[in-house]
Formats: sequence, C-alpha cells, structure tokens
Amino acid sequence: MTELTAVPVIDKARLLSWLQQYGVYLAVLVLLLFNVLFTPHFLEPANFRTQLIQVAPIVITSLGMALVIGTEGVDLSVGSVMALSSAVVVLYLGYGAGPAIVVALLAGALVGTGGGALVAYVGVQPIVATLALLVGIRGVANVLVPQLREFRNPTLIWLGSTSVAGLPLVVAIAAALTAVVAFVVRRTVFGRQLVAVGSNRAASELSGLPVKRILVSVYAVSGTLAAVAGILATSRLQASDPTSLGLLMELSAITAVVVGGTPLSGGQVRVLGTVMGALLMQLLSATLIKHNLPQSWTQMVQAVIILAAVYAARGRHP
Amino acid sequence: MAAAPPLLEARGIRKAFPGVLALDDVSFRLGPGEVHALVGENGAGKSTLIKVLTGVYQPDRGELRLGRKQVAFATPLQAQRAGISTIYQEVNLVPQRSVAHNLLLGREPRTRLGVIDLAGLYDAATRTLSQYGIRVDVRRPLRSLGMGAQQMVALARAVSTEARVVIMDEPTSALEPREVDTLFGVIDRLRGQGMAVVYVSHRMEELYRICDRVTVLRDGRLAHTGPLAELDRLKLIAVMLGRDVAEVRERGTTTFSGDHEVRGGPLVEAKGLSRRNLLNDVSVTVRPGEVVGLGGLLGAGRSETAKAIAGAFPVDAGTVLVAGRQAGRATPAARIRAGVSLLPEDRKAEGIVPALSVRDNIALAALPRLSSAGVVSEAKIDRIVDTFVRRLRIKVTSPHQKVSELSGGNQQKVLLARWLATGPKVLLLDEPTRGIDVGAKAEVQALIEELAAEGLGVLLISSDLEELVEGADRVVVLRDGAVVGELAGGQVTESAIITAIAAGGGDD
Repeated sequence: MTELTAVPVIDKARLLSWLQQYGVYLAVLVLLLFNVLFTPHFLEPANFRTQLIQVAPIVITSLGMALVIGTEGVDLSVGSVMALSSAVVVLYLGYGAGPAIVVALLAGALVGTGGGALVAYVGVQPIVATLALLVGIRGVANVLVPQLREFRNPTLIWLGSTSVAGLPLVVAIAAALTAVVAFVVRRTVFGRQLVAVGSNRAASELSGLPVKRILVSVYAVSGTLAAVAGILATSRLQASDPTSLGLLMELSAITAVVVGGTPLSGGQVRVLGTVMGALLMQLLSATLIKHNLPQSWTQMVQAVIILAAVYAARGRHP
Repeated sequence: MAAAPPLLEARGIRKAFPGVLALDDVSFRLGPGEVHALVGENGAGKSTLIKVLTGVYQPDRGELRLGRKQVAFATPLQAQRAGISTIYQEVNLVPQRSVAHNLLLGREPRTRLGVIDLAGLYDAATRTLSQYGIRVDVRRPLRSLGMGAQQMVALARAVSTEARVVIMDEPTSALEPREVDTLFGVIDRLRGQGMAVVYVSHRMEELYRICDRVTVLRDGRLAHTGPLAELDRLKLIAVMLGRDVAEVRERGTTTFSGDHEVRGGPLVEAKGLSRRNLLNDVSVTVRPGEVVGLGGLLGAGRSETAKAIAGAFPVDAGTVLVAGRQAGRATPAARIRAGVSLLPEDRKAEGIVPALSVRDNIALAALPRLSSAGVVSEAKIDRIVDTFVRRLRIKVTSPHQKVSELSGGNQQKVLLARWLATGPKVLLLDEPTRGIDVGAKAEVQALIEELAAEGLGVLLISSDLEELVEGADRVVVLRDGAVVGELAGGQVTESAIITAIAAGGGDD
C-alpha cells in the first residue's frame, strides 16, 4: 500500500477513538476550569481534601472493577463486599486493629475467589455469579452486624483521619494502589495475560495461558480492593453500617471504568482513565451541589456522560 | 456480453485510511450473468473494494453505479436492499439459533397473529436448502453443523434474498471437494438467471473452473481486468505479484523444494489417540527435520489429532511422547513447555487476540520466558519481536499497531512468530496457508522448509493437496478419525492420497 503524507481530513472514527481514550481527561479539565472561575471557595484546600477523601473508596473499588472488566467480566459484588469487610473489621477489633483488618481483607479475597471460581470453573456468567454474591454477601454482613455499630479503636480511627505529608492517608492509599495496579497492568505477565483473556479466551487457552487461574485471581483482587475500600470507609465513619455501606458502589465503579475509556467488551484496561472517571463523577456532583442544583440533576448529567462514553467506545470499530 | 450494460460498476474509486491509500483510482465492471474473479495479494485492496461495493466503507472519491443509476450506500443494509449480497470469509450468522432461523432471519413467515410461524419457517427453510442440494435438520442450531454446511447456509441465505449481485469472499476455504461441487452448481444456476457473482479466492484451479472474467488488484491499484481465458495461470500469478513470468515459472506455484534431511529418533510420538466417535487409535510420529502431512477430508480428524497432541483436545486414550519422554499433562501450557506448538486452523477465533498489538500478540505464549519474577522484560520482548518481524517479513507500520488492522497473511505470520518465540521442537500447523495471498503463502511455505532444515519437526495439515504433496516427506491419511494409510517418499502423490482416502472406506 502507498504511504500518504498528512491526510488533512478530520476522521470521525479517529476523533471518537481519541475522545474515548482522552475525553475523560478533557472533561475533568473543563470541569476544574469551570469551578475555578465560577465556584466560590473551590480552590480552598479543605474543599479539595473533602472531595478526594470522598472519592478514594470509589477509586479503589473501580481499580478492581477495571481489571475484571478487562477480562470481559463484571463484578457486581463489590458494594456488598465493602459491607462485609466493614462488619468483619469491627467484629474482630477485639484482637486489635491489625488482625481485624487482615481478616476483613481475607474475607473480601475469599468472596472474590468464590465469584471467580464460579466464573472460571463452573462457567457461570460473571453478571449472574456476582449478582448472587451481591445479594447473598449483603445478607451475611447484616447477620454479622445487624445494626449500626460504633467503635472506639484508636488505630482504626487514626487510619481514616490521619494525613501523610498533607495528604489524607485514605487518599494516599488510593494513589498508591492506583500505581500498583497500573504497574501490574502495564508491566507484569499477569496484566498482559488478563487483557488477552478478555480479548480472546480461546486463543489465550491455546497459547498456554492459565486462563482459569487468571480469572479467579482477577475476581480475588477485585474482592480484596473492595474490602480495602470498605475498611477505609468504616474508619472514616467510625462505625460499621452494613445495611447502607457500599450500596450501589458497583454502579459507581462500573461508571468510573466505562467513563474512563475501558470498553465493556474486554481486552483493555485503562487504569488512569478509571481514576479520572471516578474523579469526573465526583467533581460533577460536587459542582452541581455547590451551585444548589438538586441531586436529581447530578444523576441526569451522569447519565448523559455515561452515554457519551459508550458512544465514543462504539466508534472505535469503524 | 460486453455490450450489455453492467449490473454493477465502480468508477475511479479512491479510499484512504490514515496513513494508507487502500484504493487508488480503481474501476470495476460487473456484467449480468458473469462470474468475476477478484484477485490480488493481501493488502492489494480486495477487501476494501468489496467493502466499498457493499456499503461498509464509503469511497473518498469515485462513484458506484447499479444498472444505469448512480448509487451511494451509506450502510451495508442499503447495499443489501439494492440487491448486493455478501458471503464473508468467516460465516456471519447466529450460531446458537437454528439453521432455519438463520436462513430466514428477518424474513420469517408469520401467522395471522404476527408471531413467527414455526412450521412454515422450517418448511420454507428445508425447501430453500434442498434447492441447493443441502440436506440438514433445519431445527438444529447452526453451530452443530460443520463449517462447510454453515457456509452453504450462509450462501443459501444470501442468494435467496433476491440478490442481483453476490459477492463471495473465499467461499470454499472451509468446504470439502464435494461441497465445492455443490457450490459451483449453485453458481452456475445463478449465472443462468442473469445474476452476477464476484468471486474472491486464492485457489487458482477454482478460478479457472468457474470464472469468466478477472480483475487483478495490486497495491491498491487496478493491475489488470479482462477475460480470464486470456491469462494462463503463470501469467495471472505474474500479474498479481508484479513479477516476470519467467521468474514465477522458476519458483513453481509452491515454494517447497521436496525432501528434507531427517535426522535422529522421533521428536514427537503420538500413540493410540482415541476419543469416542472422533478419533480412533491414531498414531503419528514426527522426526527432527521432517515434515509429516496429515491428509484427509474435512472432519476426518486431522485438526483433532493436532489439537490432541497440543493438549487442547481431551482424549480418552493415547499417549504423547516428546523427544522420547512423556509430554506432561494434556494442557496447552504443559505441551508448550515440552516443545509442542500448534498453529490453529481458525485464525480469528483461536489465534489472533484482536485487542492487542502485533508485539503483544507475538509475545503472548512466550511471556513466562520473557519475564522475571512476573515482571515482563520490555527489552527481551522488543528483541524477539524485532527478530521475527524481520525474519518473517511481517508488514507493520510499527510493532505497536493493532493486529486486527493487518491483512490475513500478516496475521498468520504474527501467529507463526508467536509460536516460534516459544522455541518449539515440533510445530503443528493446521492449514497454515489458508486464506492468505500467493505471496504470503510462498513465504510461509519457505519458512516451513527453513524450520525443517533447522531440525524442527513439522506436522502439516492442508486441504491444498499440492501443498501437501510438495511440502511433506510423509503423509498420514485419515478418514473418519482413523489412520487409513501412510505414504512416504515417491509414494506421496496427489492421486495416491486421493486413492488412500477413497480406499480407506473398505477397511472398516
């Protein structure tokens, strides 16, 4: 074929593909600019801190969700796993904050492993397998801690309220986990393999990839990350509230992933995009609230953004 | 025929993609009752032209005319409504639904209540299929049929939608000889009805059997158009490749040179591979430097044998030894570690990982050895990718290009590179040259030669008898999942293979 020098046409498919990849950054930038110009007190550090602390658990769960979606799956159980880890961590606080956190993380990993095993070995569709867990695990959490339970453990409270170098620890943890997941996706064998499984499972199997193990691991990681989010949310709240903690989190996480440019069809994971997706949604609701628009407005605008993201993703296959 | 107005005409078509000019001032005329061969190497622009004709792409310049009217198709559906039907290389139907549903999708007969009339549907489907000599239970899901039968359903669907023009892209790549005959019968009937057929195929003998005219594309430009009878095989290949006739004659139509030097004991020994109804006591050995062919018809158990050796097809009985030792568990991972690599038949479904780049596709199977402590070494990957892109002459703008953007021949080379990167002792190649252009085919054949000369063992499955005869030192012939003959040395001829397949029926 003949090479062309600089085709001076704006290709719609290319534009959409660019928007899918970088649109979320653009949107965050535009929204930030708008706020700097029109929202009073927006630039104050206290406001920034609040926003970041609120978004941290969403970011952490979204990271796991992005990995699962990369394998052409979905994990609806993350909200319930947050509730479970919240219940478990207060139940075990008697042994100290450290052991309690470890047990809560294990509980999350265990639920994820179970979901992953259903998907990989039994062949249940991800949406069904994790839907069962969404319902069932919330129930387990409610049985463990039937009503809101406050706690006084200073270590756990410290976790949610301290700062390192001016950055709330919760936010620092989210940032660190983002870096780790980005590294895993970009630089590790596991990361390369999981997107291959998401793009073509049969070819991955024939290429000798441990497909089942990869799937189980991905859901286990998602469960563990959801547990981290649950523990951090609990420590902020200084109470465990399994009835409402993490409700609808699965939808926020999926939204962040999709808006961040990861296609639901698998084969791709955009880690930074996902974080940006979570930030965008947070910023959006904060902006609308600050301008005294009701919550229902936020929801409608979010719907438009989700549709726009899906539309841009659709344009990738001309 | 030249006086009749063309049924479909493309004039001065230009289509550019970012960085690539896929079609440059290409014109194409299709008369009624004409079977028109469209040929060219991969990347010559055949697929792009077909997509322009069928409304998948819109040309940047040039016009389409249907009869005397100028037309523009914004979508494939518009082209279909105008009477242009397409049968793609890979069957584009709904595998889970019944044959009848697929055949009449969107045109199901309805009862008075507006729901689908199932009895009528099955009846109509059976009738339509029997017209084309296809007899299957139309209530069965499409995927339960063999590839060949699926293709015939796709064809029947296309020609029964009141098409005036039928475009066939490699329609015979999955068909058995008998099915090819049926297909050609159908094409003849279409021709008699004044319909026009655009026929894309890499199989020369088919072109000469069925086509009236030929259009050759090369590098996105029109290289030749005219009656096929005016070009003999050698000239046609020469026009396609843009080479001298003398040069082509010297090379022959395949690149195989014949016998290989076989050294040492068996590299792979498969003994008594059996699986209920599919494989019956199949044994195959391949020695270093040897190319062993697996002959037989579609469904004879060739792919299953290769997959069983590669650990990708569970067997009830049988053992596989690699270099005299047990080849580990029957999983692809274990067999790859033992040195067995399988290039699967279905490139799209089982080979290519479309979301990944050329680079990541090549590195995929070798990742464990291209990493340490689970972290991949970009430098090692770059080195190996670079080596194979150069050695196999894979045409890419960059290794980071998406593999799905490559032509079939280049995708096949990427897959070969993936397997060579694992450092195999034995290569199992299932239809390695199917659906790729003449140039790439010659390169792949030359590569097989080269690898055998380096001491690899090769098991070659090919429906192209010429390829099998010229490429293989020995041919094991399968029929109905069992070995019915083995030919070696001078015995390896096309007629001997055919005889073995035919005679095999008497034994059991």
